[in-house]
Parts: sequence; structure tokens; C-alpha cells
Amino acid sequence: MRLLNRSAGRLSRHRRGPLAGLAVVLLGLLLTGGLYTVFSPAQAGSAASSEEQIAQGRQLFLVSCSFCHGQNGEGMRTQEGDGDQTQLGPSLVGVGAAAVDFQVSTGRMPMARPGAQAPRKPETFSEDEVAALAAYVASLGPGPAIPDESDYSIDGLSDEERQQAITNGGQIFLTNCTACHNFEGSGGAMPRGGYAPQIRGVEPRFIYEALLTGPQNMPNFSNGNLSPDEKRDVIAYLGSLEDMPDYGGFGLGGLGPVPEGLAAWVLGIGSLVGAAVWIAAHTTRSTKKKVDA
Amino acid sequence: MTESHDHAHELVNVPDDAVVNDLYANPGIPEHQWRPTDVDPKAEKRAERQVAALFGLSALCTILLLVSYFVFDIGDDPDVVGGLGASNLFLGLSLAGALLFLGIGIIQWARKLMADHEIVEDRHPAASSTEDREATIAALNAGLEESGIGRRPLVRNSLLGAVGLLGLPAVVLLRDLGPTPNQVKNSGDYPGAGIEHTLWKKGMRVVRDVVGTPIRPGDLEIGDLVNAEPEAIFNGGADGEPLEGVALQIGKSKGAVVVVRMEPDEITPGKGRENWSVDGIVCYSKICTHVGCPISLYERTTHHLLCPCHQSTFDLADSAKVVFGPAARPLPQLPLEVDDEGYLVASDAFDEPVGPSFWERG
Amino acid sequence: MDTTKVAKTNATTAATAQKPNRAGAVAGWADERLGLATAMKKNLRKVFPDHWSFMLGEIALWSFVVLLLTGVFLTLWFTPSMGEVQYNGSYDQLRGIHMSEAYASSLRLSFDVRGGLLMRQMHHWAAMLFVASMMVHLLRVWFTGAYRKPRELNWVIGCLLLILGTLEGFTGYSLPDDLLSGTGIRAADGFVKATPVVGTYMSFFMFGGEFPGESIIPRLYIVHVLLIPGLLLALIGAHMLLLVYHKHTQWPGPGRTEKNVVGFPMLPVYAAKAGGFFFIVFGVTALMGALLTINPVWKYGPYDPSKVTAGSQPDWYMGWPDGALRIMPGLETHIWGITISWNVMLPILILPVVMFTILLLLPFLDAWITGDKRDHHLLERPRNAPTRTALMVALMTMYGLFWIAGGNDIIAIKLHASINQITYFLRVAVFVGPVIAFVVTRRWCISLQRKDNDTLLHGYETGIIMRSAEGGYTERHLPLPASRAYSMAARDRDPVLDGHDVDEVDANGIPAPTGGRLAALRHRLRTVWYADNVQKPTPAELEEGHHHAEHEHELQAPVEGHAADGHQFDGHHLVEDEHLRSH
Repeated sequence: MRLLNRSAGRLSRHRRGPLAGLAVVLLGLLLTGGLYTVFSPAQAGSAASSEEQIAQGRQLFLVSCSFCHGQNGEGMRTQEGDGDQTQLGPSLVGVGAAAVDFQVSTGRMPMARPGAQAPRKPETFSEDEVAALAAYVASLGPGPAIPDESDYSIDGLSDEERQQAITNGGQIFLTNCTACHNFEGSGGAMPRGGYAPQIRGVEPRFIYEALLTGPQNMPNFSNGNLSPDEKRDVIAYLGSLEDMPDYGGFGLGGLGPVPEGLAAWVLGIGSLVGAAVWIAAHTTRSTKKKVDA
Repeated sequence: MTESHDHAHELVNVPDDAVVNDLYANPGIPEHQWRPTDVDPKAEKRAERQVAALFGLSALCTILLLVSYFVFDIGDDPDVVGGLGASNLFLGLSLAGALLFLGIGIIQWARKLMADHEIVEDRHPAASSTEDREATIAALNAGLEESGIGRRPLVRNSLLGAVGLLGLPAVVLLRDLGPTPNQVKNSGDYPGAGIEHTLWKKGMRVVRDVVGTPIRPGDLEIGDLVNAEPEAIFNGGADGEPLEGVALQIGKSKGAVVVVRMEPDEITPGKGRENWSVDGIVCYSKICTHVGCPISLYERTTHHLLCPCHQSTFDLADSAKVVFGPAARPLPQLPLEVDDEGYLVASDAFDEPVGPSFWERG
Repeated sequence: MDTTKVAKTNATTAATAQKPNRAGAVAGWADERLGLATAMKKNLRKVFPDHWSFMLGEIALWSFVVLLLTGVFLTLWFTPSMGEVQYNGSYDQLRGIHMSEAYASSLRLSFDVRGGLLMRQMHHWAAMLFVASMMVHLLRVWFTGAYRKPRELNWVIGCLLLILGTLEGFTGYSLPDDLLSGTGIRAADGFVKATPVVGTYMSFFMFGGEFPGESIIPRLYIVHVLLIPGLLLALIGAHMLLLVYHKHTQWPGPGRTEKNVVGFPMLPVYAAKAGGFFFIVFGVTALMGALLTINPVWKYGPYDPSKVTAGSQPDWYMGWPDGALRIMPGLETHIWGITISWNVMLPILILPVVMFTILLLLPFLDAWITGDKRDHHLLERPRNAPTRTALMVALMTMYGLFWIAGGNDIIAIKLHASINQITYFLRVAVFVGPVIAFVVTRRWCISLQRKDNDTLLHGYETGIIMRSAEGGYTERHLPLPASRAYSMAARDRDPVLDGHDVDEVDANGIPAPTGGRLAALRHRLRTVWYADNVQKPTPAELEEGHHHAEHEHELQAPVEGHAADGHQFDGHHLVEDEHLRSH
């Protein structure tokens, strides 16, 4: 069974394999190195260039965002009256860097057209530009900062704690998230053409930021509502779903009984009716007569 | 090849041949055409080998099935192939192979090798022959006559009455399937018993679901949604233990609430509900008034709450009135206040039963 | 009586017809004890006509057998109890969580019993196929008119099987006690509570107190594994017995009449085909169980009345009442201290009952309207009964629209539509759609009847274009082969309705019920039933048509110098030894 990937990606309570220790050490080294390369230049220059970064962010903001969010991020309403329908862009004072990082890094902002739903699309700005925008918006008023990987990673936990985190995260997920995003994060419908997007396969940072800032129509799960540890647990649970093998075969989109019913009709009944046609079909006939008949 | 039967009576009550087709005479069964396997010994041998090979493949798959059963692990450390559970995949595929090859083999045998002359069989009327029917009716009448059921209405009617009455125990004996709503309400077997009641009462803290921690108004930002429970879920059992078992399930099924915070000026308070919110924080029953699904699909900008079961939509900024869907009543609102320690509590119980409508609801 | 088997002596050896072979010996042994030979002598070689559409009911039968087999396997591990336990099995994400024993044992079946997950999935897939194939079978029976006398009771039995199958599916769906099954039961509790007067009591009796209580799963379990399967088994037995007794219907064709049945004998051909089909149904179920996840209960988590998931749907066969529930406007009456929930009652308590009642009564309705009291063993093509066909298509359309309503949220996200708009559209469409479907189907059938008539009168289109001396082009039509012409023309003429036969004797010699509004209604329905149908050509028309065709043929023959009638290329003949022109 060498070909088989035993316990692939599965959360194992028994990390006792002789190679496992080595693998963990290597992975740890790799991660540390990687993190260092990612963060060290930014940290080195951040203090010095903070003002500069905010200025750069403001420039970008004026070009790409101010049309809807106003010259100073104060938000914009259309001329006629007020209310939800007339909101062009909300005020960005106090939304924090996390909201900017979520909205811009996932390509939701800038939007193609104003509306309640901002679909994820290829991002417009580079990482540096996003950082500059975030720095500018963060400077408008205090708000949640971009979370650090240590906020949502369970790498630092012991096996037992991880297990605990995932189990707990599962319960919180099923209580707070599945109602809109479906039991395995496949997304779901919301009123008037809106939808809760698929959250399976979304980067942990974005999930954390979304919980923190409540993008578009999604409610907040601020830290006073859902503690940082609980957010981390939800992300851990989602990660464990991701890593989990499909025990029973292909997933049919993880949307519940509707695709299952469709599969029963199209594949099941389709193939069985096909079989019935074959069984009842006449076989080829010969022009010859049977010699002894 | 017509197989003839001796029939007691003819099939008469069917459309005649000439009615079915008044344009052409029935040309009769066409001459039998032989299959290649009937006339060509080579083709016949080939078909024979093909069928046997299919049976062989089936047997092979069965062996694979047995091997898969013992080889692939499940449980704690399951084998995985291509992201799929190996045990289920290989057991299923080999079982499917064993069955499909067997089935295809048998059908090929029938199609290619078994005699395929069409046989004609005569139909018989579904009805019995007149003599049989008359005899039966005569016997029936004789039986009825001898029993005197027609002549003795007293016996007949008392019998019917007695048998009819026997239907009652069949219903009455089911009475103890469960207590009546009133019995439940008066029993007090568990906190919040009765369809009109929930665990909520004045001063009951609103706590987060799953973790059971109480909530301060300051914990919540505008746009926050908390799926919450009455604190009794976590301390309402004997000696302040969490509820469990049936009491827990029933408690949750009526007590679950959603707490949302919005700009205070966005709330249109219902009549007499002006002080039911705390700093823009409102609390509603999570149980849909349609058929009882828990709802928490909340849109922060429109303040609409959607039910995923049948799409009833409620406006939480406006006393949870129904704005769309099959529900007919607003979600019951739980009046909120802040207790001495600064936590959100119910200032009273729900003023109406939660969940789906029922006859006596009023 | 077969006198060869009567003992003629008092010898110690039993009387036998002749030296039997091995199979005969076994049969003889059994017959001496059971006396089966009399019953079996006709049935072993009983004739079944061969057509793919006659095997649809078999899919249902065999998937029921698969359900019995896999179901027995599941019962060996499943614990139908709502007692609370702490999970300690192999599935990490739920370890330590409190749940019902039913759910814990479903997890155990899925993760700690080898083959358990396969059996669970096969059981669920087979259930979906069971109900689906019953419906496909029902449609075939309706569209071909096979439900007509003497088979109306078998139609009724079939409908009961469909209802019971649906209930059986729903009870099974509820057993694992995962989030989805619990949500289903919760909704069912809402339905029961909406029942006028006794709703609350019924709910309390069902659940042994308040929802969810701890009784519902054990109760549903015994309904699911004993009560309904027993009824299903008995009704399937009756259904099959009647099938054998009536003998199967057949398509009209050469040699096939109302008085015979033409096909293959039960032993060996039909037994082999049916037996083989069993293994194929079983195999397809296994294939689906191997490859396609169905109801991954571990991801839904244990039922908790405060949790729910987007896309909470019942299995497909409960989808249409659920859809009706979704598109129903929120109507409720509060009067005299009582509540009448029209929004629940109408779509879920009344509509299904009405629909099933209509379904049950369809054969009787047909017989009443047409006044046809004859037995029918030859099937009709759907086009030759336009109203009948259109009626079922209208019902199917309604069903389909309700079905769409049941999946409106999934459709909304997949097609980027709005659930609100879909709902508004369907509120109208469920009424308008069936009417449009009825009209379109009826006209379509009538057009097909016309086309058949053209083919009978003028022959089929050969695809050969003839150029006349004047330079005009025509397509060559040729008469049908005798067997096809016979099959096509083998249908009843509709009775002539002159508008005055209300109190008279109808085409079949049956006196119509005299007078009354009912008779008038029947007459009106009858007029609608047959209105605009195209009758097959009369013998005179046919004669004229053929004469015309021959005349044309004669005109063309000299041009070609050879009777190149085009038959060579029509696909109905072998062309090996034929030449288009001989020189």
C-alpha cells in the first residue's frame, strides 16, 4: 500500500511516525524562513515610510475609491433622499486596515458597479498598493488591523489543543456560519439576488478579516462577539474540512439534497433506462437461414 | 408456435381486430429472422466465450471486493486514494463490477444464445366465466341466506355496532403516546415546559450559543449578529448544571434567539416596545413562525433575516415584520435590558408563543 | 387433469410421468409435497412482451430489493435512540461532542464499520431510485393507456406504492438525526401543528411531549423498518400477481391483437433478462455508492434545534410539497381565538392529498368521460390520445414547477437569480404553466396524428428528389412496409359525438346516464376529450391515396426505364443484391 497516501491531510491524534518529527522540523524551518522573508523588509522600512505609505495610499484612494467613498473616505450618498438604496459607498472612517485588505486583496473593491453584492474577482492592486491603501484608510480612524498569521494559525498548538480547536470551531461554525454559507462552506442564497459566497478554499486571513469587519451585507463577528480564539477555531475547522478526504466519493458540490436528487435522476435513472433499452433492443439479425431449421 | 389453451370462455369484451384496424388485415407475426449466433457456429462460440468471460470478470471483482475489505483501513487512520476514502471506493467499485458483469453476462446470454422465438399466448378475460360467477353468487347468496343476516336486522345491526365500536380502542389505546399540551404545561418536568412557554423570564441573561458567555452591550459593534441562548441552557439544570438530554433540546428548540446591533435611529420600535432595545441592540426569537426552522441569515445593511428552509424574510429593524415569504407572523421579540453587572438580560419573557402557528394559539 | 401422474398401482415407488432429468427430479420432489406443478405449468413459460418501457417498473422492484438487503445490513449497527451520548469514535471533528445515539451510530456505520458507509450510501441512492423509477413507470403506464380496464386496480395499487415509498423515504431521511434530518422533522412538526383543531395534540402525541422529545426516532424507526416495508411488500406482491393474472399489455403490431400476447417466455429468456437487470440495478447502485457522496451526515453535525444550514432541503421526492410551501403567500386567519394557518395547511396538508386523490382517480375519470367499458390490452401511442397525454404533461409541468420552487435557493445561486423573483414567477407559473403545457401538448399530438395520416395516405418521405419534365422538383413518397402500415393504423376510431348523445346510446352501445347536470358535464368533458383529434383515414381515403401514389409511380417508371422505386435506399431493405438500374 505504498502508493496510498495514508492519513492524507487528516488530523491525526497519533503523530508517531519516525519521519513525522523530521517533517515537522523541516516544515517549521521552512515556515520561519518564509515568514522572515515576507515580513522583514516591510518591518524594516515600515517605521520610516509610514508617512510616505499613507501618502501613496491617499493618491491611490483618490484615483480609485473616492468616487464612491468620498474624497476623505467619508462615504457618499446620492442626491435624492437617504436610505439604503441611495448609498453609493459607505464611510470608511474606522473600518480599519483589515476591511481594506479584505475588500481589495480579494478583488471585491474597486467594484464594477455599486450594489449590495461585491463579487470576488481578480485583484486590481499589488500587495504594496493594498498595504498603502490600508495604511491610508487606517489613518482615517481607529479600526481593526490586518490580522497576523499567529492570530488564525493553529500551528503553535499542541495536538490536543488543535483537536480541541477544531471540534470547538466546528460547533461555532455550525451555529454562526452554516445558516448562510452552508454546512461545508459552499455558500447559499440571500434575499433579492444576494448570496453568501463560498468560503471553502478561501485564505484564512480573508476569513478572519471578514468575520472581523462584516463585509457588505454580512454581519460582524467582532472580537466582543466572537473572540479571536473562536475565530481561529472556525478557521481551523474549515481547514480540517479542506484537508478531509471525501470519504464517500465525489462531493456533488456540497450543496445538499438538490444535486443529489439531480444525480439520482440523471445518472441513476438515466443509466438504468439506458440499460432497459439495451436489454429490450433487438440483436443483429442474419440474412442466412438456419441450416438445420 | 401458437400455444392454445382450452378456455372456458372467450375474450369478448375487447375491441375486435376489425375495430382496432379497419384499414389493413393483420399480417401476422413476421417470419423469424435468425441471429448470427444461431446460424454461425463461430459467432455462437464467440458469444459463449464472451458470456463466460463476463462471468469470470464478475468473479474476479468479487475477489477484489474481499481483498479490499481486508486491505483498506477505515477509522482513525483511513486509507485515501485521490482524495477519496479508499475503503468505500474500492469496496463499491468491486461490488459494482461483480454485479454489473454478472448482470451484463446474463443478459448477453439471453440476447445472443437463448432461443429467441417469439411465443404467442392467448389472453383470458379478467372476469370469471358466467357459470363460475353465477355459481359463486349463488353460493354467496346461500351463505347469506343461511346466516339470516338479511332477515335478522337486530343481530346484524348489533354486530355492526359492536365491530364499529372496536375501532375506538385502536385510537384510544394510542392516547398514551404522549401527554396533552396542558399536561406538559402543568407538569413542570423541565424548565420552560409547555408550548406557550420558553426558558426566558425576567432577568434571564442572554448568552452566546456554544460557549455560554454573557454579553455586554459594549461587546457588540454595529452590524454584529450573535446567535444566543437563554442562560438557563448552561445553568438551568439541577445544581446549576447545564441542561441535557430532552430538556436541553426542548429548551433550545424554543429558547434560541438572535441578537443584532444596529444604529438606534434605524429601529422603528413597535407599539409598546419602545424600551425593548438597548443601544440599538434588539433580540428576536430564532425560531421561524412558519414551520419552525431556526433562522439567522442576517443582512446587516437591510436588517433582513432570512429563513433557509422556505425563504420567509423578516425585518429586524421593524419589529421583525414579514417582508417576504410564506410566514404570516413577525418573529416574537424579546425585551432587553442591562442587569446590575452590565450584561444583557431579558426584561420579560416572550409575550407570545414562539415558533409555528397552532390552532389554539389565538 | 394430467392423468399420467395418477398412481395406477400400489407399488412402493411413486407414480412418475417418465424418467426425469435432474431438474425434473427436483421439481418432482417438490411437487409431491407442494403440488406446485398445476400452478407452474402455465407460468413457467408465461409470455412477456419485450419493450424497453415495460422494464421501468422493474427498476423500482429491484431497487426495493436492494433497499431490503442494504437496509438489513444497516439495522445491525444502527441504534434508534435519542439518548444523549458523548461521541468518542473515529471522526475527529466531532469527538467529545454530545449527540444522540442514533447519530453516533450513524457515524459509527460511516467510519468504523467496513462497508458501512457504502451500504448507507447505496441504501440512500436506492431509495432515490426507488421512488424515481416508480414515477417513470407511472408515466409510462399513463401515456400508453395501460391503466385502462381491466387494470385500474393495479394503477391504484401502484399509486399507493408511490405514496408509501415517499413516506418510507421521509422516515428514513429522518433517522440518522443529523442537522438535515432534524430540520426535516422540525418542519414536519410545524405541518402537524397547523392541522386544524387537533394539530397541537397530534404533535404532542407524535413526539411524546414537546418537540423534539426522545420518542420520535424510535417510533419512526419501527415505521421505517417494519410497518411501511411490510405494506410495501404486500402491495408489491399484489401488484405483481395482478400483472401475471392480467398478462402484460403490448404494442399493436403484426400478429399482436387484443386477444393474445406475443413475446418471450418467462423461462428462460425473461427470467434471464429480469434477473440480469436486477444485478445491473444493484450494480449501478453500488457504483453510485462508491463514487458519489450522498448525505454526508458527519458534515451536517448532530441535530441541534438552534442550528440550520443554507440549502436545507428534503430529498427530491418531498421537494414538490416543499416547493409549494415556499411559494405560498403568508396567509393566516386569526379569529375567535384560533389560528388557521393557510400558509402551511394548503400547500402541505391539502395539496398533496388532492394531487394523490386525482392521481388515484385518473383511470376512473378517463373511463367515466370516455364511457369506454371495454377491456384493453393493446397500448395506445401517446399521440393517439392527445387529451390524455396533455393532461399528464400538464400535471408533470405543475409538479416540475413546484419542484423548481423547492430548489429555488440553489437555483438562485447557480443561475445568479433572485429567490424573490423566482418565487414571484413561480406563484404565477404553477397555474399558467400547466395550462400552456396542456394546450401545446395537445396540439403537438394532433399534429403528429396528422403526420401519421399523411404517411399512411401518401407514403413515407424517401429523401429522393424527382425532377419532372417541366423542371419542377418533388420528393418521392413511397408506401410503408406492410407491417409498419399495420402498426400505425392499428388504433381505434374515436366515437362520433354529434352533440345529441347525452341521453342516447354511445358509440360502444352503452346508454349514457340520463339527464341531470352530471350527464351534461360528462358530455362537455367528452367533447373536450376528443375535440380536434384527427381520425385515421377511412378505407375510402386510403384507397384513393394509394391509387394516387400508384398513378404517380406509373408516370415516373418510363422515365427511368426501370422500376427504380427508391426502396433500395430507404433503410428498410438490404441493398446488397439490388441495382438501381440494369443496363
